[in-house]
Amino acid sequence: MSKMTRRGALAGAATLPFVRPALAQPRYPARPVQLIVPWGAGGGTDATARIVASLLERELGQPFNVVNRTGGSGVVGHSAIAQAAPDGYTIGMITVEICMMHWQGLTELKRTSYTPLALMNEDPPGVQVNASSPYRDIKALADAIKASRPGQFKASGTGQGGIWHLALAGWLGAMGLAADHVRWVPSNGAAPAMQDLAAGGVDIVTCSVPEARAIIEAGRARSLAIMAPQRNPQFAQVPTLNETLGINYSVGAWRGIAAPLNLPAPIAQQLTAALQKIWNSNEFKDFMNARGFGMVWGDAAGFAQHMERTDATLGAAMRSAGLVRG
Amino acid sequence: MNAILDAFAMVATTEVAIAVLASAVYGMVIGALPGLTATMATALLVPVTFYLSPIAAMATIITSSAMAIFSGDIPGALMRIPGTPASAAYTDEAYALTRKGQAELALGAALWFSAIGGIVGTVCLMVMAPALAEIALSFSTYEYFWLSFLGLMCATLVARSSPIKAIAAALLGLLVACVGIENPGGVPRFTFGSTDLLGGIEALPALVGVFAVSEIMRAMNSAPPPPIPNRRFGSILAGQWELTRRYQKQMWRGNVIGVLIGALPGAGADMAAWVAYATSKRFSKEREKFGTGHPEGLVESGAANNSALAGGWVPALLFGIPGDTITAIAIGVLYMKGLNPGPTLFTEKASSMYALYIIFILANLLMIPLGIMMIRASRQVLRAPRSAAMPLILLLCAVGAFAIGNNLFSVLLVAAFGVIGWIMERNGYPVAALVLGVVMGTMVEQNLVSSLIKSDGEILPFFERPVSSVLAVLTITALLWPAGVWALRRLQPAQAAR
Repeated sequence: MSKMTRRGALAGAATLPFVRPALAQPRYPARPVQLIVPWGAGGGTDATARIVASLLERELGQPFNVVNRTGGSGVVGHSAIAQAAPDGYTIGMITVEICMMHWQGLTELKRTSYTPLALMNEDPPGVQVNASSPYRDIKALADAIKASRPGQFKASGTGQGGIWHLALAGWLGAMGLAADHVRWVPSNGAAPAMQDLAAGGVDIVTCSVPEARAIIEAGRARSLAIMAPQRNPQFAQVPTLNETLGINYSVGAWRGIAAPLNLPAPIAQQLTAALQKIWNSNEFKDFMNARGFGMVWGDAAGFAQHMERTDATLGAAMRSAGLVRG
Repeated sequence: MNAILDAFAMVATTEVAIAVLASAVYGMVIGALPGLTATMATALLVPVTFYLSPIAAMATIITSSAMAIFSGDIPGALMRIPGTPASAAYTDEAYALTRKGQAELALGAALWFSAIGGIVGTVCLMVMAPALAEIALSFSTYEYFWLSFLGLMCATLVARSSPIKAIAAALLGLLVACVGIENPGGVPRFTFGSTDLLGGIEALPALVGVFAVSEIMRAMNSAPPPPIPNRRFGSILAGQWELTRRYQKQMWRGNVIGVLIGALPGAGADMAAWVAYATSKRFSKEREKFGTGHPEGLVESGAANNSALAGGWVPALLFGIPGDTITAIAIGVLYMKGLNPGPTLFTEKASSMYALYIIFILANLLMIPLGIMMIRASRQVLRAPRSAAMPLILLLCAVGAFAIGNNLFSVLLVAAFGVIGWIMERNGYPVAALVLGVVMGTMVEQNLVSSLIKSDGEILPFFERPVSSVLAVLTITALLWPAGVWALRRLQPAQAAR
């Protein structure tokens, strides 16, 4: 009769921990993931990130925690994303500013500092005027601008060198005018600029149409055109520059999900697939439509190409506007 | 009438009731903690609103912000550490009342007049929203320049010490506001190559530093004050009715100031509180009592900052333009919930609008019992030994600063401003003026430079627009008034001698 000894039992127990690893390889993600947002809580980028995070959590089974890293006009947050460990547990929502900051000499970061995962959204700029403006359409406005003394027209929409400023500069360039032919009046964003437009303080605001929607619906402003390849379905009555002026100039404020450089390919592919599924979901569509955000998709390669085009376009606009430094 | 009945039906649901009550407690606690703000309370609620119905979602924001603005007064009165920027305007006054053994009067006044201010603000929102919005929309950067410049000049009025030191402190605040890239020129200033400084120095770390941290340093440096007699707090609301009757004019003036300033996009409870306190002191018959524990200023500014909250919703609901930082966040939630801002909100979705009005009133009524409970719970602070209370507060300051941007740099800023604040207080410079400079500095510069760009460098447009010219006259009068008084006093002795 065999006898169970204490030493034998202990020896058996000691081997148990080594059996576990062989049963299954760890799969991603095995713990909560951090989603860094370079902009403040409550804004459009933050809200978009949070809806993406909640849907990713449902899709991949782990919490995706949104963390706002504000400051430095987006540099702080974008830096935090780029400098995190490329293990898949820190990703972020990067924005169009990543294609502008390095031209301004603010940071060494550029689009190639990240592993692109997915482009989720883009909003093209529009051309808004006061409701009582004498220019009934974009052609009349364009003609008036061409005939005007340099600096006579005043436009606003964001800070100096911001995306909407570059939209104006690019449009003017496409019409053969100097970037400062219309004087840019910096503001703290689209809302104060639209306020100033309604008050008669400026002539043009080149923010996105969704940002101007409430003022337009209040009858205080009109949108004459958008700088995009196609019309926005939610603002179908607003024509594109191409339709009206034959100018095929388009640029936009976009948001995408990215990870630190050198993220392992299997993890990147898994995230991109999950993001594509989310992008196609009804919840995401409903959210974006409610906010008026543009639904534009790009997978990893498409996102990279999109950033490359944006970087070149914005670089040219910034150079013509005299904003390139370093 | 059907719309109003629909509104009551919307509000009278379990979900909305729970949302209001939970966010009321939440806002009350967040606002009372130094370093945490009403804006932060609102921002952190956004993820929660994803899962609520439209009315419940808006209820959480309305309720928590109203509570937070009031409860920011509690630490100000008990420990001279304001809980929110809006409370900083009259922290010294409230604390002086507490030292006189009248903590109930100070806190009761803050509670009572905050609730009245919130309700009056709501009534104005209901009755005059379109008219107020028309006025707000006529403000361009020219008008904003004069308004923010006028606000900046409150620095000399809120200070107890000499006007020269107040101006010096405000100028230091303006210098601090210069840091960063967020200026009209879009060029980095005083960043010394630091990424963290690119974003500039925000008002909140500066405020937490010069008020909370420097107060803690002062506590370390001085002997404990004589203990306040250990007695049960009397009734919180005793004496409030008498104050209401005695300072009725101040109460109404505070409400008007709050609603008007709140309705202007970009200006909020912070500016309303500062302007109201300065106005109260300027026109008071007992000016010498200000700063010694006199409830008059508390009445006016307490009413102003909560009525400014409701006023801030005027441009937000009508035009989707933020009235303040809180409504900037709320607009995003409105769109997300299908309550798109604009005039159609008042016509096609009238019942939803009435529901929001009802919640505004409910929130301010609920503020009174909850505020009383919060005040009673807070009185333990007066008995707690400072060696236990101060480290906890310091920890909260660090947590609050970090929470702003999840950035350790803010914590360093708080420490730096704590030292600066301590040195300033020690030499008689009012730290409130420094904070005012930081808060208003960016606004003044932004509006000044934008206006100059629009006018191609001409000065005349600053005076041509109707509202602009009125504000210009007010500002210049306020500038020249002290000089005029001084000149008159010089003439008096000469005549007497003759």
